[in-house]
Amino acid sequence: MSITKERITELEKICNDLRIDLIKMLHDKQTGHPGGSLSVCEILVTLMYEKAKLDPTNPAWEERDRIIMTKGHAAPMQYLILGKLGFFPEEEFASFRQINSILQGHPCMNSTPGIELTSGPLGIGLPAAVGVACSLKLDKNDSYVYAILGDGELNEGAVWEAMMSASKFKTDNLICILDNNGVQLDGTRDEIMPLDNLRERFESFGMKVFEADGHDIADLCDKIDEAKTVKDQPVMIMANTVKGKGVSFMEGKSAWHGNPIGDDFYEQALKELGGK
Amino acid sequence: MGKALRDYYGEALLKYGSDERVVVLDSDVSGSTKSKIFGDKYPERFFNVGIAEENMVAMSAGFAKEGKIPFTNTFAVFLTTNGLLAARTFASYSKLNMKMMGGYGGLSDSYDGPTHHALEDIAVMRSLPNVEVLVASDGVLVDWLVQYCINHYGPVYVRLSRGEAKPVYSEGEQFEIGKAKKVREGEDLTIISCGVMTGESLEAAKLLSEMGIEARVLDMFSIKPIDEQAIIEAANETGAILSVEEHNIIGGLGSAVAEVLVANKPVPQGFVGMKDQHAECGDYDDLFEKYKLNPNAIKEAAIELLKRK
Repeated sequence: MSITKERITELEKICNDLRIDLIKMLHDKQTGHPGGSLSVCEILVTLMYEKAKLDPTNPAWEERDRIIMTKGHAAPMQYLILGKLGFFPEEEFASFRQINSILQGHPCMNSTPGIELTSGPLGIGLPAAVGVACSLKLDKNDSYVYAILGDGELNEGAVWEAMMSASKFKTDNLICILDNNGVQLDGTRDEIMPLDNLRERFESFGMKVFEADGHDIADLCDKIDEAKTVKDQPVMIMANTVKGKGVSFMEGKSAWHGNPIGDDFYEQALKELGGK
Repeated sequence: MGKALRDYYGEALLKYGSDERVVVLDSDVSGSTKSKIFGDKYPERFFNVGIAEENMVAMSAGFAKEGKIPFTNTFAVFLTTNGLLAARTFASYSKLNMKMMGGYGGLSDSYDGPTHHALEDIAVMRSLPNVEVLVASDGVLVDWLVQYCINHYGPVYVRLSRGEAKPVYSEGEQFEIGKAKKVREGEDLTIISCGVMTGESLEAAKLLSEMGIEARVLDMFSIKPIDEQAIIEAANETGAILSVEEHNIIGGLGSAVAEVLVANKPVPQGFVGMKDQHAECGDYDDLFEKYKLNPNAIKEAAIELLKRK
């Protein structure tokens, strides 16, 4: 069943509101990562509002789909969504990255309801997701594991070790979504560690690869539906995105990976997003 | 020839691995660690991930999160280096129920040389909050530790050994985490040891006894949590402590004992172990002799220590 136009419009509105809230939160706290949070927005919204089975009143529900955000630095966007979905009270946003908060700088599974797995150190998230996928298969649990990766993270060798394992153990319940924004901390991916022929690299490691426009909710929904038809093979959806998406001066700029947002930039960003 | 500790381990995994929550991971050394014995019986719960230790330990976190009891297996040196980031993030910080089994502890992979020795694993793992650090001193204890890992919820690092160990315990002996085992009585000094060094220390105590010196021997198989009470009692009653470990003297058992003594009851302490150095390849016994870890060297260290009492 494909998603309706009305629903897409609704989700697009949610994405825009989330971007506004993100800018406000990161400006307010003067800490946190804007670039990768903005690029992953539609991916997270598509999963958490539409495609994944989740129950905010029961985060440990056995039949939930497991969303593992291996690019943990994009936590602020995920926190905003979890709060809005009711996993915890929205008042918690005010404590983001501050002392005594349930919202740690990077996701902590023991601190925040709805965070499936601790993440932040890059490279070890996908291997853990493979472990979850293998475990679900042993239990004959038909939930899906969605692993959301950054493309800078692909520099880590363990990500490729994990793909070898996923392929060997035929984890067709593992759907990886790459936030393919082409920019990492010190510069563009091409400058720092070029990954030419990325699709072929994934395929040669045993992944079934799809490509999507990572800011197009309908396209993401379609590719996730297709991914679920794949048998005996893990899936990689290369979701092509723009780092800093939605705020013109942040788009494609590595400087906005983790920089604090000053007052002047804050006003401009809000104006562009139609926020107040 | 007795049975090697790794054989006791493989057999224990098989014996208690009928529990369906148990999954076993190995990184292409299952013939060495003996996890293969489990893998042959339960192939659906055995995951050989190839030579990819970081991946293996992180993957075990995923299993643990879903309620499984994952045992990861490789040489102690690779587990606690390549596997450390995942151990820190998932076992220590996230408190997941991961069982990290360090095969080939100390110098036990003697002929493969320093690249394959583990002389810092206890220091490394001891510094991770929430992770228990346990060292197997003989086959009976190996068997008990495997049962403990299955029955107890929480992250654990266990140091095993490649070869034989002098028997310390009799069949069916029961243990308690955080409680040292007093394996020999004595009032002149206390030897605190762990792993295969406990058997060596008991031999050393016999040599000392021949000279009229009676050494108490504590097997501190539970390095974390450590038995503070037994250490303080030993300090009070014997007045001198000799720590004996197959590990760098920096950060391991000796350091753990010293931390307790300094804070509670400072008495002279001697350190038997690797003196902040790497060893070399060779016969295991030859290494113990050259690097002053054998019963005779322990005896000499005890005599030196007693001069400071």
